Amino acid sequence: MADRKVVDAKNTFCPGPLMELIANMKQIEVGDELEVLSTDEGSANDIPEWINKVGHEVLESFEDSGVWHIVVKKTK
Amino acid sequence: MKILIVGGGMGGTILANNLARRMRNELKNGKASITMLSASDKHMYQPGLLYVAVGKMNPSELYRDQVSLLEPSIEFKVDPVTEFDLDNNQVTAKSGTIYNYDIIVIATGSRTHAEGTPGLAEYAEQFYTEADAVKMYKSLEAFDGGKVVVAVGVPHKCPMAPLEITFMLVDYFKQRGIWDKVQLHYTYPIGRTHSLEPVAKWATPEFERLGVSYETLFNMKEVTADAVLSEEGTETEYDLLITVPAHKGMQVIEDAGLGAGGFIPTDRQRLNMEGRENVFVIGDTTNLPISKAGSTAHFEAEALAENIASMATIGTATRDYDGKVFCFIEAGEGKATYAMFNYQNPPDPKAPTAGIHWFKTAYNKMYWASARGLL
Repeated sequence: MADRKVVDAKNTFCPGPLMELIANMKQIEVGDELEVLSTDEGSANDIPEWINKVGHEVLESFEDSGVWHIVVKKTK
Repeated sequence: MKILIVGGGMGGTILANNLARRMRNELKNGKASITMLSASDKHMYQPGLLYVAVGKMNPSELYRDQVSLLEPSIEFKVDPVTEFDLDNNQVTAKSGTIYNYDIIVIATGSRTHAEGTPGLAEYAEQFYTEADAVKMYKSLEAFDGGKVVVAVGVPHKCPMAPLEITFMLVDYFKQRGIWDKVQLHYTYPIGRTHSLEPVAKWATPEFERLGVSYETLFNMKEVTADAVLSEEGTETEYDLLITVPAHKGMQVIEDAGLGAGGFIPTDRQRLNMEGRENVFVIGDTTNLPISKAGSTAHFEAEALAENIASMATIGTATRDYDGKVFCFIEAGEGKATYAMFNYQNPPDPKAPTAGIHWFKTAYNKMYWASARGLL
């Protein structure tokens, strides 16, 4: 089973959820997953945009009580 | 109560001095002690390296003797920690000495990790050490024109550095009279020109006004002798490459297994290491999703000093760190602005002014009062 690390980027502005995701992707192994928590609605668009551009995989993206959960998998 | 501070950078130094003043009586009557372990007997003003890189400061202006910055009641030793034994409240230092503590604060900082990007250390200029900043300045002086690329790794210390070095390079080339021979190209890892949206909204039209080209969603994957390749599959050629490399925490933190990448999982309000009540972390060493900047370390240190003093006197912490960060932004043309924000309030930077530039210039000297805990 893949490891899943949670990156809590709620209520932070700089460097922001996408930059936190990029930094954390370097620290996990291929096949592992990251779940980014963000209160910035823009994360629901910009994180999948980057993940798709680089060639990783978005597993799910949903909003719950004002917090966006974006789960991605490192594929290479 | 024995308080051990590991690291003599901005965070550790402000914490130690603030704590020494708050606990003056306890230190005087022997009920408490503060010991600082550092890797160096010198303290560097790291933001000054940006100016060294463009010939605006001399490296000799960046240093003070660490002991001269500390309250006399603080025991200071140049004896970097080599092993952490948090279960037994002790560390081992390079000398072989074992230091015991009741409370430990880890403030060991971060370092560039150029070797994580193939070719970067060999081909790119950077400015995060004195040697690198001086080397970059010499490369600029030898440069007669062509394409200059600014490329940025993640995570990095000082979120404003990519913009600041770009604007300062514009000034540098204009002052040398070769701006018309330079194509300056800025790249950035996410989909706008800065992580802070209000800052990006200001910086992007500034780039267009100045004639700086830019490319977003660009994460360095590899550097060759004449091009930077991105994770996103693009490539940009260069004649001179200026980089803000990705950073890591210190090796000793990684070796001790305290946190991935050398960054220690930290509670965002109380600043204790997750799962540990007497281990605290400040500055770049935390894994908090906030700016790795001197001001972050400064404001964390102030909150933590208040809490440790409260723990020593009334047995409990009294204050949360609110996520406060304050960053100057050198905007070139003799102007600057700033961004201030915390966990609840986003930044709202104003138009750059000459006054803020001069305040930043003054702060470059006032820093030493800040490190002493006087400002």
